[in-house]
Amino acid sequence: MSVGIPRALLYYLHFPYWRRFFQELGIKVILSPPTTARILNQGAAVTVDEVCAPVKVFFGHVLELKDQVDCMLVPRYVSVERGAYICPKLMGLPDMLSHSQTSLPPLFSPNIDLRRGSLAWLSPLLEARRFFSRSASSIGRAYYRSLQEGRRLERQLLTGLTPEEAFHGLKHRRLPGKRLRVALLGHAYNVYDPTLSMNLADHLRALDIDVCTAEMLPSEKVAWGLACRDGKELFWTLSKRILGAGMYYLKHPHEVDGLITLSSFGCGLESLVGDLLARAARKAELPFMLLNIDEHRGEAGPVTRAEAFVDMIRGRSTNARNIPTHGDAVARTAGAP
Amino acid sequence: MRVTFPHMGTLWLVLRALLENFGHTVVVPPAISSHTISLGARHSPECVCLPFKVNMGNFLEAAALGADTVVMAGGAGPCRLGFYATSQLEILRDLGIDLKMLVLEPPKNSVWELGGIISPLTNGATTVELVRNLHFAFELCKALDRVERTLSELRAVQATPVACDRAWEKALHLFGQVRDVSHLRQTEHQATELLSKVQRRDTAEPLRVALVGEIYVLIEPSVNLHLEKRLGDMGVAVFRSTYVSDWVSAHLIPNPRALLYARKLKSKARPYLRGFVGGHGLETIGKSVIYGEQGVWHHSGHAANLYAGDCSAEHFTNGEPAFRGADYDAGV
Repeated sequence: MSVGIPRALLYYLHFPYWRRFFQELGIKVILSPPTTARILNQGAAVTVDEVCAPVKVFFGHVLELKDQVDCMLVPRYVSVERGAYICPKLMGLPDMLSHSQTSLPPLFSPNIDLRRGSLAWLSPLLEARRFFSRSASSIGRAYYRSLQEGRRLERQLLTGLTPEEAFHGLKHRRLPGKRLRVALLGHAYNVYDPTLSMNLADHLRALDIDVCTAEMLPSEKVAWGLACRDGKELFWTLSKRILGAGMYYLKHPHEVDGLITLSSFGCGLESLVGDLLARAARKAELPFMLLNIDEHRGEAGPVTRAEAFVDMIRGRSTNARNIPTHGDAVARTAGAP
Repeated sequence: MRVTFPHMGTLWLVLRALLENFGHTVVVPPAISSHTISLGARHSPECVCLPFKVNMGNFLEAAALGADTVVMAGGAGPCRLGFYATSQLEILRDLGIDLKMLVLEPPKNSVWELGGIISPLTNGATTVELVRNLHFAFELCKALDRVERTLSELRAVQATPVACDRAWEKALHLFGQVRDVSHLRQTEHQATELLSKVQRRDTAEPLRVALVGEIYVLIEPSVNLHLEKRLGDMGVAVFRSTYVSDWVSAHLIPNPRALLYARKLKSKARPYLRGFVGGHGLETIGKSVIYGEQGVWHHSGHAANLYAGDCSAEHFTNGEPAFRGADYDAGV
């Protein structure tokens, strides 16, 4: 028996948990290969136009896997913490999938909704028990071990490894010496996806920049960042991490030299959170750049933007602090209508 | 305190009456025009959904007329609406516009928090006054929706093109002056009278179209390009799925019928959607199925699905109704 896991969306956050869970049950895990332009295109061909690029990538991975596996993991993520949701698009993902595609292997799509009740985590486990017809004790044991494994690997992210490096035991070369640091913030499935992000992190590293992401920041610091802004609390788990990390860095400008947010075109959450961050960055006078990505495949564009950004922060660190952080001239702050 | 609020269909009449009954000065934002929308869009995040931008336009235009406080809805997700006010407040602050926001958030723990949430609006009204005012507002809302419902069907058979619109304008004017329940009956009667005086033409049974979709674009005509009126003028009887009073009775007033209806929607949508996806995605699909079954769409009836640009929840309905249209022999 084998289960397919598409290398997209919440793979970048939850893969070690699921991998260990299935391994404990003696089920073979088959992971789709890293995203390529072909995978993106085949996903884009079968989805409605308006969904965001990461969802199209997800569909591409599903198509890639569907003939190799006995069943596929497509959880219905509603919420992974109290009082907050994941994202409306992910809530309907299994439905979108099963209606647009025929000839799919059986989908294992447990309903994960931890919004209320401390026992809400039980129901996906019961679904797993039914779906794979295992005993309650083996499911319980697998769940316990998967939590241990997942948390262990999450701690590794704090040392500066990307999820891919941590999940698959890859080495990360860190060069010695004082280097500039840029925080690259965005949804994990955009930031770490080589095709969607157009290797932005690698390009930055090649420019001699240390890249840190929201996942590499301990959750206490993210929570601190969230707490230091007034106004209403966010109710989207993934955006909370992005905004919290962003606010933390804005309040600790000595820890990073610049902030880049990467968001997918049409992302409902990012449309608001990106704007909040941009406004805060303007006030904090920290260099800030917002990159929007979609299915577009010209790597030269983001590379040029990244180079210009790095030049600017270099200039600031060696010459003068008064080089404008970004777009002051076109900032929409000048005067009321 | 000079209070304003965002536009949504005829809701301004209700809110104006309600707030004036509490003794506030109300600044009704100018009716939504292309100027409103472009003004709002200029000062909104690029990729945010349309209602956000239109709201912004309303606030800016109302501020220019001297409003100093905005009454705005809140929410607890996953729809972006719940975060509108926070974001809008920051934008207004950056623009140097001093508008206070009174956000009506759903109570977190118990219904008793409601009192605290609405207290800045009630101006120290006694409980009796409070109940009377809220009751009147709800009745006014229902009456307006009843008249508008008749109007949407009547337009299809009016003899002269603008007869219905004239009657509706007059009716709105009448409703605008009512401030208590006893006059409301009389006014509604007058409004129905006005509509019944509209000359009908002899015609076969008109085509029927159900409008489903996201509540804001359904209810606000200037945002949906006056779709209801346009269809009506083409001789199509329009059946709109959501009115403000429906929403209020389903979400704000505890009643078993609304609960049963919500459960029914959920079960009808089940073959297409397993659960809530935020916004009105589930309602859109559930209602479409119900209309399909009831034959609102019969005689080659169709449904038009409206959704605001980039509404995440309605992405699902975008793909789905195609299936259901086929299931019930209706175009979508």
